[in-house]
Amino acid sequence: MVSLKTDVGSISLENPGMIASGIMDETGKSLVRVLRSGAGAAVTKSIGLEPKPGHDNPCFMEVRGGYVNAMGLPNPGIELFREEMEEAVKEGKIIGSIYGAGPEDFSKLAARMEDYGACAVELNLSCPHAKGYGMEVGTDPAMVKAIVSAVKSSVSIPVWAKLTPNTHILTQIGLAVQEAGGDAVVAINTLKAMVISPEFARPIMSNKFCGLSGEAVKPVGVRAIYDLATVLDIPLVGVGGISNWRDAAEYIMAGASAFQVGSAVGTEGLCVFKNINEGLSAFMEEYGYGSIRSMVGAAHE
Amino acid sequence: MSDTVRIKQIIDEAYDTKTFVFDWDAEVRPGQFIMIWIPGTDEIPMSVSGISDTTKSITVKAIGDATKRLHEYKVGDRLTIRGPYGNGFDLKSRNILIIGGGVGTAAIMPAVVETGADTIIAARSDRDLIMLDTARKHAANLWIATDDGSAGFHGNAVQLMNEKLKEKSYDYVISCGPEVMLYFMFKACQDADQDCQLSLERYMKCGAGVCGCCVMDDKRICKDGPVFTRDQIAQLTEFGVSRRDACGRVVKFR
Ligand SMILES: Cc1cc2nc3c(=O)[nH]c(=O)nc-3n(C[C@H](O)[C@H](O)[C@H](O)COP(=O)(O)OP(=O)(O)OC[C@H]3O[C@@H](n4cnc5c(N)ncnc54)[C@H](O)[C@@H]3O)c2cc1C
Ligand SMILES: Cc1cc2nc3c(=O)[nH]c(=O)nc-3n(C[C@H](O)[C@H](O)[C@H](O)COP(=O)(O)O)c2cc1C
Ligand code: FES
Repeated sequence: MVSLKTDVGSISLENPGMIASGIMDETGKSLVRVLRSGAGAAVTKSIGLEPKPGHDNPCFMEVRGGYVNAMGLPNPGIELFREEMEEAVKEGKIIGSIYGAGPEDFSKLAARMEDYGACAVELNLSCPHAKGYGMEVGTDPAMVKAIVSAVKSSVSIPVWAKLTPNTHILTQIGLAVQEAGGDAVVAINTLKAMVISPEFARPIMSNKFCGLSGEAVKPVGVRAIYDLATVLDIPLVGVGGISNWRDAAEYIMAGASAFQVGSAVGTEGLCVFKNINEGLSAFMEEYGYGSIRSMVGAAHE
Repeated sequence: MSDTVRIKQIIDEAYDTKTFVFDWDAEVRPGQFIMIWIPGTDEIPMSVSGISDTTKSITVKAIGDATKRLHEYKVGDRLTIRGPYGNGFDLKSRNILIIGGGVGTAAIMPAVVETGADTIIAARSDRDLIMLDTARKHAANLWIATDDGSAGFHGNAVQLMNEKLKEKSYDYVISCGPEVMLYFMFKACQDADQDCQLSLERYMKCGAGVCGCCVMDDKRICKDGPVFTRDQIAQLTEFGVSRRDACGRVVKFR
């Protein structure tokens, strides 16, 4: 019998798939629903210090091969998120995603997530459409190093850093995470994008800029994980365009120990986790992989 | 994907409500909704209020910036829409009682047209009643209720429903309207052991079941709904009690 068990550093997961940040994970009850659908863990919506309504509508639309979104990090703020976490952590492993403008914000938020029972924190260093946050702080290796170091010294749970593909120095940023003591790297967040209405001669999103996710970004994500795996020793978590077992297997063979699913929850439904688990097991059985670990990085040989 | 469509006809339904008919050949089921972009203001959800092969319509009550701006649109103007979204009503049985409350009447009208079933339209007063002509043409029986008694039955939709359920038995009640109305309708259906399908509403961003902002308990109104069965609603602790704002904060109704 093959096993789908996997580890991301000290975090062990019954199943290798998690819900990606920002997808059905802003409330306790929907986090519980995700966990019950076959995900090994759930990452929360990125939470900040204060409540935030996000960008105005339109902030989402379907495009060929995926979605674009410019949600703008809507969230109720860390204080109110306590209630949602209380409900969710009873059911399974919750990774608290947080965003901030600098080391101090991130440290405060991480400490609260630890208090709330998160098994790890994921630092959003990568959102492409939130001014002063996300990618704007996550493309400077010195800043990334400062943030990860600060968070490391304020919590005892593992610290994951989620990176953006919108840079030519991805591996340098990955190294900055590792040097600062980061426990894992998550890649990728969405690709900075724009859609224009020819009829109205203007960008459709209220924020003008948005982030592309889904099928279309998968090759970019797989390449990012492959690149990171060649320079880093800490575990990697793959995300971007995963909607079936083959996509998941690609990321694992590129070097990811676990993966996250976002957009496919919209196109496939929450059964996507169960389907991936079944497909991966059958593949591993047929091709003689006894564990996820034995597949991690297989494409590098 | 979004489609840009041309407004073909505009019908005045009431002093604050208009129906916009546009060419759109998408396949839409009664009870589904679309997201409509009004450049310069907002993108908002609207039920599809009329369905034919080549045209569709929406029926809009002017209440805020986006809907007031939409009311300024003229025949020939263009709308950018995406969808259709949501599950729609289950119309396998034709022995149903359909109830529209206020602008919620827009959401149930395609079901009236498709099934020709008995229909109740309820509103605050006679000047708020909408889509009566279409309902008269298709419904086997049409009953009207107004809160102030200015037309039809003097009372609300739930009271009139209770009267009608005494006279005839139906497989289902189908309804859309304000949440308080649906809340008391749900209670009445439970008491009478009457099956029902209610179309619910929440603040929406993606409309496609991705962002999670429209959840009621663990259900996404946009994707798991907006139509829910009596058994499903019985599980929803937030129905009629609270909603969430754009930040995801709980806002109590009472
Ligand atoms: C599935 C669904 C179907 C609907 N069908 C119809 C319909 O057929 N006809 C109709 O007149 N109205 C319908 N509505 C309500 C309509 O979407 C709101 O009245 C409209 O968005 C108001 O926009 P505004 O900018 O004019 O008002 P605002 O002043 O911006 O808002 C007034 C109120 O409208 C609601 N609202 C605003 N934005 C949204 C949003 N993005 N999602 C959900 N609610 C919002 C909120 O309750 C808000 O308090 C529907 C709503 C939903 C969720
Ligand atoms: C609607 C939406 C909201 C998102 N919100 C967040 C967020 O709050 N924090 C974050 O780190 N990533 C966020 N993301 C990015 C996803 O977590 C993920 O990295 C990206 O969508 C690529 O994965 P996918 O192709 O499987 O969707 C969001 C994505 C979408 C589509
Ligand atoms: S509006 Fe995004 S999940 Fe319903």
